[in-house]
Amino acid sequence: MKIAVCISNVPDTTTRIKTDATGQKIDLNGVQWVLNPWDELALTRAIELKEQNTGLVSEVIAVMAASAAGEATLRKALAVGADRAVRIDTDPADSFEAARELAYYFEAHWADIIFTGIESSDFNGLAVGPMLATLLKIHLIPGVSGVFLENGQVLVQQEVDGMSIRLKTHQPVVMVVQKGIAIVPKIPAMRGIMTARTKPLEVLSPRKEALQTEVTAFEPLPPKAAAKMIDAEDAPRLIELLRNEAKVI
Amino acid sequence: MDFQFTEEQLMIKQAARDYAQRELWVDVIERDEKAIYPEKHVKALAELGFMGMMVSPEYDGGGMDTISYVLAMEEISKVDSSVSVILSVNNSLVCWGLETFGTEEQKQKYLRPLARGEKIGAFLLSEPEAGSDATSQHTTAIDMGDYYLLNGTKNWITNGNTASTYLVMAQTHPEKGHKGINAFIVERHWEGISVGPHENKMGMRSSDTHSVMFTDVKVPKENRIGGDGFGFRFAMQTLDGGRIGIAAQAVGIAAGALELALKYAKERKAFGTEIINHQAIAFKLADMAVKVENARNLVLKAAWLKDQHKPYGVASAMAKLYAADIAMQVTTEAVQIHGGYGYVKEYHVERLMREAKLTQIYEGTSEVQHIVISRALAKGELLP
Repeated sequence: MKIAVCISNVPDTTTRIKTDATGQKIDLNGVQWVLNPWDELALTRAIELKEQNTGLVSEVIAVMAASAAGEATLRKALAVGADRAVRIDTDPADSFEAARELAYYFEAHWADIIFTGIESSDFNGLAVGPMLATLLKIHLIPGVSGVFLENGQVLVQQEVDGMSIRLKTHQPVVMVVQKGIAIVPKIPAMRGIMTARTKPLEVLSPRKEALQTEVTAFEPLPPKAAAKMIDAEDAPRLIELLRNEAKVI
Repeated sequence: MDFQFTEEQLMIKQAARDYAQRELWVDVIERDEKAIYPEKHVKALAELGFMGMMVSPEYDGGGMDTISYVLAMEEISKVDSSVSVILSVNNSLVCWGLETFGTEEQKQKYLRPLARGEKIGAFLLSEPEAGSDATSQHTTAIDMGDYYLLNGTKNWITNGNTASTYLVMAQTHPEKGHKGINAFIVERHWEGISVGPHENKMGMRSSDTHSVMFTDVKVPKENRIGGDGFGFRFAMQTLDGGRIGIAAQAVGIAAGALELALKYAKERKAFGTEIINHQAIAFKLADMAVKVENARNLVLKAAWLKDQHKPYGVASAMAKLYAADIAMQVTTEAVQIHGGYGYVKEYHVERLMREAKLTQIYEGTSEVQHIVISRALAKGELLP
């Protein structure tokens, strides 16, 4: 069984995002890139499954559509424990381009389970997983909070409002993972860091088909106004402000 | 000159940071207060490969360079120097000493489990009456023909109780002075070894510091490190490298205090604005940042020299002297910026201040570093 984990390269959450002089591009100078936290948890679970099911899981592959700047993140995935990595050499302009490039890859190189994180922490699109499954014409399990292999069967835990669901699934399948898939992301061990450079990292040319969208401008939102403090005893004043200023009641 | 770190070095720094911020942070105050040995953390760090990270993979180590080691030491020390000192002693004193000067048999038998972190080592040089004056060893190792007979007491031994493998310095030929000292590999469980009570320390309270007593302990001949009388040189050369680790620890303590003080100064308001907007606080932070950066550069220079196989004894003395002194200054200012909150345990900076003090004392006091540096100056080794 092959498990592929789709990896996204995102700015560290403490990065201050600003646009360049044209206003049409994000200024990438000084940005610290990290492995998208959801993908990191998915990768952690994939490696746990391989470690716990020797022989059954043959390979964990980290796949990413990104420019060469993403290679450090892919090598981290290798250091954490992925067996090999694939980089499709393009910086996707939107979720659809990312999903389409990944779909072309998977059509030629099937994996039994394809993990995607629920969202990337940069554009928070929540779209790549569902689009990927649609393009591949395979089924998708959203909201996956646990994956287990028992007697050669793939068991999935899903969480919906107030309920936990357990289900069996056929493969190939795209799983969109969320909270619970792994407790904490795996920290790479010294040996993993040392061997990361010797593991295969394949770079593939993208298909680069016509884009469906184009950014015309990034405009910062106006900063939030300061909070107004009202004396705890002065409920009428609060009601008056909610009614006349905020106009919410 | 290239100030870039490699991808691997950055990955190691991040791995150490992730472990420290995520795991050590959770129970560091409780372990400090109750002086609890960080057993589970030592085990976890061993599994990640930190306990023998500089040892060659041939002996089950991580094969990392000294730059990676100091980056890891800094990140762990930002949160918990009780843990980083265990790592430092195991890596840069015990493992390095064995790998550099041990025989192949000694490495196979003792270095491998230490590099894997399955066993922990300790370095036994200090005595009740031999601290900075390490030449006046009272512990004796009498040559009995088939073995050495070890007698004496060692003080302030980090990992004193948890270590399985001791590297012990002892006097074999008192008439030869420091040239009569030998270094031995001694196993903790051998007959005649007893360990004193846990020292109730001011800081780094969760590392186990003990005195160790030897009474007629038989040490096999093959457990001597190097030729007869090599012990003092062994200790001094090993400590040169150890100092880089402790200097990195001091940088970590200072940098950790700076991170906390900066965060606090951005949140705490006084006179209608965050206190970072008051020049009295802002300038303090600027001075702290310059000191941390200076110390870090000295440490990295010493680490780089060691990696390049160039002489690093004076550079490591400079790094340790400066880093330890600024760790004391920066942590004191961090407490000051926190005001009353800085004086209570919940805010961490008072602990960092207590930890900083030890970096001026152990692995060569600041006074000893002054001796090393000034002698090098006098000999013309440091040309302006």
